[in-house]
Amino acid sequence: MGHPYIPNSDPEIRGRMLAAIGAASVEEFYADIPDAIRLHRPLDLPAPLRSEAELVRHMDRLLSRNKPAELSFLGAGCYRHHVPAVVEEIANRSEFLTAYAGEPYEDHGRFQALWEYQSLMGELLELDVVNVPTYDGFQAAGTALRMAGRVTGRRRLLLVGPVDPDKMSKIEDFVRPDHDVEVLDGTDDGWQAADLVVGADVAAVYIEAPNYHGVLDPALPLLAERAHAVGALLVVGCNPISLGVVASPASYGADIVCGDIQPLGIRMSFGGGNAGFIATRDEQRLVREFPSRLFGVVPTVVEGEYGFGDVFYDRTSFALREEGKEWVGTAAALNGIMAGVYLALMGPHGMREIGETILALTAYAQERLAAVPCVSAPNGEAGAGLVSFADFVVRFTGLLTAADINALLLERGIQGGKVLSETDALFCVTEVHTREDVDRLAAVLEEIAK
Amino acid sequence: MSGSSSQGPVSAEDARIAPKPRLRRFHQARWDEPLIFELSSPGERGVGVPVTDLPVPSLPAGLARAAAPLLPEMSQPHVLRHYMRLSQETLGVDLNVDIGQGTCTMKYSPKVNDSFVRDARIAELHPLQDEGTVQGVLEILYRLEGLLKEISGMDRVSLQPGSGSSAIYANVSMIRAYHASRGEGELRDEVITTQFSHPTNAAAPKTAGYRVITLMPDADGYPDIEALRAAVGPRTAALLITNPEDTGIFNPRIEEFVRLVHEAGGLCCYDQANANGILGITRARDAGFDLCHFNLHKTFSTPHMCGGPAAGASAVTSALEPFLPRPTVEFDGTRYRLDDDRPESIGKIRPFYGVVPNLVRAYAWIMALGGEGLRTVAETAALNNNYLISKVLQIKGVSLPYAQGRRRVEQARYSWQKLNADTGIHSEELGYRVADFGTHYWTSHHPYLVPEPMTLEPTESYSQADLDEYAAILAEAAREAYEDPELVRSAPHNGPIHRMRDASLEDPGTWAVTWRAYRRKLG
Repeated sequence: MGHPYIPNSDPEIRGRMLAAIGAASVEEFYADIPDAIRLHRPLDLPAPLRSEAELVRHMDRLLSRNKPAELSFLGAGCYRHHVPAVVEEIANRSEFLTAYAGEPYEDHGRFQALWEYQSLMGELLELDVVNVPTYDGFQAAGTALRMAGRVTGRRRLLLVGPVDPDKMSKIEDFVRPDHDVEVLDGTDDGWQAADLVVGADVAAVYIEAPNYHGVLDPALPLLAERAHAVGALLVVGCNPISLGVVASPASYGADIVCGDIQPLGIRMSFGGGNAGFIATRDEQRLVREFPSRLFGVVPTVVEGEYGFGDVFYDRTSFALREEGKEWVGTAAALNGIMAGVYLALMGPHGMREIGETILALTAYAQERLAAVPCVSAPNGEAGAGLVSFADFVVRFTGLLTAADINALLLERGIQGGKVLSETDALFCVTEVHTREDVDRLAAVLEEIAK
Repeated sequence: MSGSSSQGPVSAEDARIAPKPRLRRFHQARWDEPLIFELSSPGERGVGVPVTDLPVPSLPAGLARAAAPLLPEMSQPHVLRHYMRLSQETLGVDLNVDIGQGTCTMKYSPKVNDSFVRDARIAELHPLQDEGTVQGVLEILYRLEGLLKEISGMDRVSLQPGSGSSAIYANVSMIRAYHASRGEGELRDEVITTQFSHPTNAAAPKTAGYRVITLMPDADGYPDIEALRAAVGPRTAALLITNPEDTGIFNPRIEEFVRLVHEAGGLCCYDQANANGILGITRARDAGFDLCHFNLHKTFSTPHMCGGPAAGASAVTSALEPFLPRPTVEFDGTRYRLDDDRPESIGKIRPFYGVVPNLVRAYAWIMALGGEGLRTVAETAALNNNYLISKVLQIKGVSLPYAQGRRRVEQARYSWQKLNADTGIHSEELGYRVADFGTHYWTSHHPYLVPEPMTLEPTESYSQADLDEYAAILAEAAREAYEDPELVRSAPHNGPIHRMRDASLEDPGTWAVTWRAYRRKLG
């Protein structure tokens, strides 16, 4: 009997097809593979779980060893937000789930859904050009910086911190051949960015809004002036779910905006839900530097029909191999469709409300936790004048380290923040949290922090 | 009941349903669906959001959004209906005999595997959770690495790359780190690849700072070994090569290629995008390669998702192990953990640990097949391909360039050069007509080396009847090209839209990547 996934695996069917070809056996098809490199034994793999029931039982045993946290304050680049049911209803449609690289004529819906994603993001970002998603926000940042380097022809990149060290690692590896990276890592005083001096050899100034510690740097609008005064570009990494209330980076002068769309309706999946966006103004010098696909809308021969196709295809490695910009391949398109559905469901009012809720809850959490003995929230102090969005730094000023505190929280059913140092951890709240969740965290910390 | 039919008794002939036509009378849904912005109705809402009575802090000057984003306002049923219609205007693998997307290995993705990744015990895991709460997913990653080690023959595997191209870049980055660690980073500044490999094999090393040398095929379609001899030398960092190449031709001298590059001190990196036809038959390590990668969405059956998220795996010998992306997954006999303390690592390739849902699907797929099953996959893919070749070559106007008298492995790149000379119809146009029968084919990457190309890769997922149907569709479209070329030239006729006026996509004055750009330029 054949395998359920393979229609032609039954020996009798195979015999019939071999006869039709005029081949004695499947070995004929491998005649060009020299004997010396043939594997003369079966692959040493576990016995197959041929029945679906056995496979389900096996997977269930593995999955049962995972415990999603009931109450978690983890963010740091992967966020738990509510995912509306319609988003997954659409993403799970077989036509979208299993389509790939068809022509616009067979896959018209895929092209339209992705062009609409670009357009919805364009409204959120107030920019005219948005790419079909790249792998993730790390890649988006790396590519955005290389784009700035190609536009300006300069080597130096100034990164105004704090930036996620893992993201820094990716960026440094990615820009290495063409750029020197200088990190102005203001873990504590990065928001002195207004004092930044930008030299005439700088290709780009990169900063995040909010930054890795969740802070919206008040100097962001000034940075654009500093960068532009010497012909450098301002590249801003942003969290798109903040943009219902926070100004778009384009509005204060960003030339290239990038980030991760995971917060827009995509589940965390142990870090598997990340996908990147890159956006610019519609200027040829910028558009020509995108490596990724850009879909555009066009008329068809029938009035009233929209068609969609690749804009300026000769930018890409699909067209020009090593003469294209970086490379393009399969990346994260379905995440883009999901983010599009999310933005359509949310609309302008939903985006404003979610932004306000998160801003308010973040401020409340900072204030509430800072009131706990041996705990502070340095960026949330009244005198600091800083506003945080979702992520915020919590400092443990007593005898216990941040890791100790996390272990004690976990014993009480709470997943604390990402440990940054002996004393600091990065906590996060989103709209899925309530004031009561924050109060519960504060109450437990009152009990354990010392 | 009264008032019987005035037409008299119904004959058996009238009641019998006629046999289905030889070719399907396909028509894809055509909804004339507006753009989502045209569906906006101010005052409508798609989803409720938690609101709070806590005070909202004021943002610093210039950082408060002045005007709400001009997103559409739509009720939930309207959003759903819009996207359902767009999904109906998309031809996924689950709907069609998708053997025409050669080089992409379109195969069946078992539905049960989707259920595992929708489970909250994967979907709701945060990547930074305490390791004690995620032992199951770490075990899956560890086990999947073990399976891919055996399938490739390599010593360690990173599952972090976001796709095949991302894995190619990770491999190039490891090659760069390897030579730098030996003090040869500056010296070895050239990467050699072949014209029939994926464009990323040229573009990724270029991005990483290498000069790229491309080997052209010899008269038989094999990568030209004399060209390799001329190219290889002390500046060679690596060879990046696919085998079988996108023509389906397996290069029998692959060991010699590897030897020549090794003798010059370079590394050999195997792009296994076309691994589907050789699973369990031959392995990257057996031919002497130092690194390889897999596209999990191709060979290991994770769905293609309109172009991703994909997932890649980079496999290396122990000599390259120190440079693998961090973290790796380790197991001490009782507990799984992530090892981030890897000083020689190239660092991070993407956030966290990879496209985990696809890693889970790939694991489940391999577990459902086992070693014998993977070999059956390969043999069936090769069988289906050679069966399809025998059918397609009976069609007037088509040919199979290169390697005459040799078999192809899992795909073939055909040429419609004769049909074009006879009728003026281009391969691309013929493809648009093929779409009218509910399927698709792809020409090839640019630049076209095979004139008027068509690349077919049947994989193991299609039956003999599917292959017969596909070949019959091609035969019909080719017949029409000879007998009624205008019918082909004006295709598609049964799709959601008609032929586009797409010249504006190349013109900065008219291209429109977003609705706001369209409104500004053309609205």
